[in-house]
Amino acid sequence: MAVYRTHVLVCAGAGCVSSNCKAVESALQEQLAKVGLAEEVKVIETGCIGTCDLGPVMVIYPEGVFYQKLTPEDAEEIVNEHILKGRVIERLLFKPAASDDLVEKACDIEFFRRQYRIALRNTGVIDPGVIEEYIARDGYAALGKVVTDMTREQVIDVIKRSKLRGRGGAGFPTGLKWQFTYDAPGNEKYVVCNADEGDPGAFMDRSILEGDPHAVIEAMAIAGYAVGAKQGYVYVRAEYPLAVARLARALDQARNYGFLGEEIFGSKFCFDIDIRVGAGAFVCGEETALIASIEGKRGEPRPRPPFPAVRGVYGKPTLLSNVETYANICPIILNGPEWFAGIGTEESKGTKVFAIAGDINNTGLVEVPMGTTLREIVFDIGGGIPNGKRFKAAQTGGPSGGCLTAEHLDTPMDYESLRELGSMMGSGGLIVLDEDSCMVDIARFFLDFTQDESCGKCTPCRIGTTRMLEILTRITEGEGEEGDIERLETLARTIQSSSLCGLGQSAPNPVLSTLKYFREEYEIHIREKRCPSGHCAGLVRFVIDPELCRGCGLCVKHCPVGAISGERRKPHVIDADLCTKCGECQATCPFDAILKI
Amino acid sequence: MEVVANKCQCEALRAKDPRYKKLADIIAKYAGREGALIPVLHEAQEVFGHLPPEIQMLVAEGLDVPLSEIDGVITFYSLFTAEPQGKYKIGVCLGTACYVKGAGDVLDELKERLQIDVNKTSADGLFTLEVTRCVGACGLAPVVSVGDDVYGRLTPDDIPAILEKYIESEKNSNA
Ligand SMILES: Cc1cc2nc3c(=O)[nH]c(=O)nc-3n(C[C@H](O)[C@H](O)[C@H](O)COP(=O)(O)O)c2cc1C
Ligand code: FES
Repeated sequence: MAVYRTHVLVCAGAGCVSSNCKAVESALQEQLAKVGLAEEVKVIETGCIGTCDLGPVMVIYPEGVFYQKLTPEDAEEIVNEHILKGRVIERLLFKPAASDDLVEKACDIEFFRRQYRIALRNTGVIDPGVIEEYIARDGYAALGKVVTDMTREQVIDVIKRSKLRGRGGAGFPTGLKWQFTYDAPGNEKYVVCNADEGDPGAFMDRSILEGDPHAVIEAMAIAGYAVGAKQGYVYVRAEYPLAVARLARALDQARNYGFLGEEIFGSKFCFDIDIRVGAGAFVCGEETALIASIEGKRGEPRPRPPFPAVRGVYGKPTLLSNVETYANICPIILNGPEWFAGIGTEESKGTKVFAIAGDINNTGLVEVPMGTTLREIVFDIGGGIPNGKRFKAAQTGGPSGGCLTAEHLDTPMDYESLRELGSMMGSGGLIVLDEDSCMVDIARFFLDFTQDESCGKCTPCRIGTTRMLEILTRITEGEGEEGDIERLETLARTIQSSSLCGLGQSAPNPVLSTLKYFREEYEIHIREKRCPSGHCAGLVRFVIDPELCRGCGLCVKHCPVGAISGERRKPHVIDADLCTKCGECQATCPFDAILKI
Repeated sequence: MEVVANKCQCEALRAKDPRYKKLADIIAKYAGREGALIPVLHEAQEVFGHLPPEIQMLVAEGLDVPLSEIDGVITFYSLFTAEPQGKYKIGVCLGTACYVKGAGDVLDELKERLQIDVNKTSADGLFTLEVTRCVGACGLAPVVSVGDDVYGRLTPDDIPAILEKYIESEKNSNA
């Protein structure tokens, strides 16, 4: 094998592809060829490194120097200065929001330093298109060990003892699911990976599939061995074409190596995996709907029990787990269940990947031990809130979840603590909101989502979410009425208790949670017809501060509807009934005397 | 439903259009396999751009699935469409991260510029405006995709230049 003196890891995750990392990479290759270093320096396209808003990014090894926000024009300097002369290029280094010091090495950046990567162990490190790189990092060793050295019962026992819980939302113990599927009578069984990743704002499953597809393939094969399945399906949402392409290529490679197919590792075990692509329906992330969709039907959920472990794909026992759940399996087999159970909190073991986005300095993916506090995630890893704004809330669990407030910053992030606070872990989406966010509007946003995505099969969800959305829209448009809050609460309880599937049962959560912590914001919208954060356009009012107004009359001239009046050199006033809130006056006032409230 | 009678009238036309040959190949590839309907519809839509009743009938016949079931599937999944689409699909991400970062304003600007509503196609047939859920590029929010291109960190002011790019290239390719 060729030996290279330097490895350049160029992130080719979805975020960096959108920031045009391909152009940076080809410019780099070109420059390397120009100075005759193409044989000495290896450029590797990796999966998501995690720092999505800094893209395109690269890490140069062996030094571990991290460069960010690159353009193709930087390639020449990187080759001439860094690679040829060993001089670090300061202007391309990362500068944390909170300090003036440049950070040279990836391992010294807080964002990376505080992470503990199990599920993401290879994403951003290996080239996902080269199976040998996966193998070099213990890839397919766990599968080999399982099929040659362990009984099916032993494998299930290891997963149980690790106390791994499902990362797709509900947090059900994974080992028990394996046991149930194993116990279910029948010769034909299936293993399914849920890669529908429905939470808008979560992208860890995508990053794993794109950055380390073999981790999921190997784990599914291990699961197939343990529960007695010959066929697996990965159900990927159609919005992730890159993930589908990389997974398909990885499946071919695994077949060529004999890790999938007949008599794997010379044993009697046979297993293969097919990809099924979704077609744009959030409810298909729900397990029974997903199974219907794999069968080629409308993705409508059905009541449980029977659970998929008993009646799944084509009516056969089916083990269905999330991408991140599978990504934890191989390390557990190789390092032992005690190692895994030693990480995290009492009831929540191991790590969790969070997708942090919204009003935060470092957006991206982070994997931390369960029980890490919200404060550490938002401030130490996430670098805090941009533009000196205050932290207002963090929304977890997506459309099924709720919010946490400044008061909860020291909450350990695990399944139980989040549930107690009226939110949930969900898939790990974490949206940070600053002081300018309107919580009523956030609740309306999620209801708009669930109402749109409700499959319509059951009435409480179909009609109930529509009614709730109407009320919320009314409130944000300044048409709220006394009694609306109570109406929302009654509807919420009914929908929660009578919907067919988790979509409806959890749809009211964002409303209940914002009502619990930000009730006065709802009241101000309804009673004072005002949006305290100034977000809801229908509720914004323009007023003139009499202290600052000099009565110059400029605004009177610019107001298109003649809503402003006043004597010259005396403070003017805006007639709220005439005002169309175009903001023209505010833009023209030379004294900043016009305020938006 | 009797679909056979419908078939012969357009046989001659179809023979000339290579897309129908592709469709036949797709159906042949999946026929008899379990759960084939959704993958076939995906590939058929790739070929024809949309799934009008005529194509639905051919799929129904080829896979031996009732037409009503196909209609049920197409109307259930938002990605399948029976309507013709514009040359470029504009997808405005309204996932949480993008919404928080002002995707709503970007969408309003697009509606205004194109003079169309969501899920409609512009009069010149160039653009279809769609709303998508998280495309997984939350770090770049707000995100808009046009065909295969992705634009991040947008404000409404960026929209005219982006649209202009496609309108220009269309003009050039026609010239
Ligand atoms: C409306 C709805 C949407 C869901 N979406 C997803 C999803 O996108 N990805 C996922 O893994 N689980 C999703 N789930 C949870 C699944 O039903 C299921 O519990 C999970 O995939 C099981 O895997 P796990 O045990 O590894 O968590 C969803 C549930 C509901 C009710
Ligand atoms: S919310 Fe728009 S890309 Fe994730």
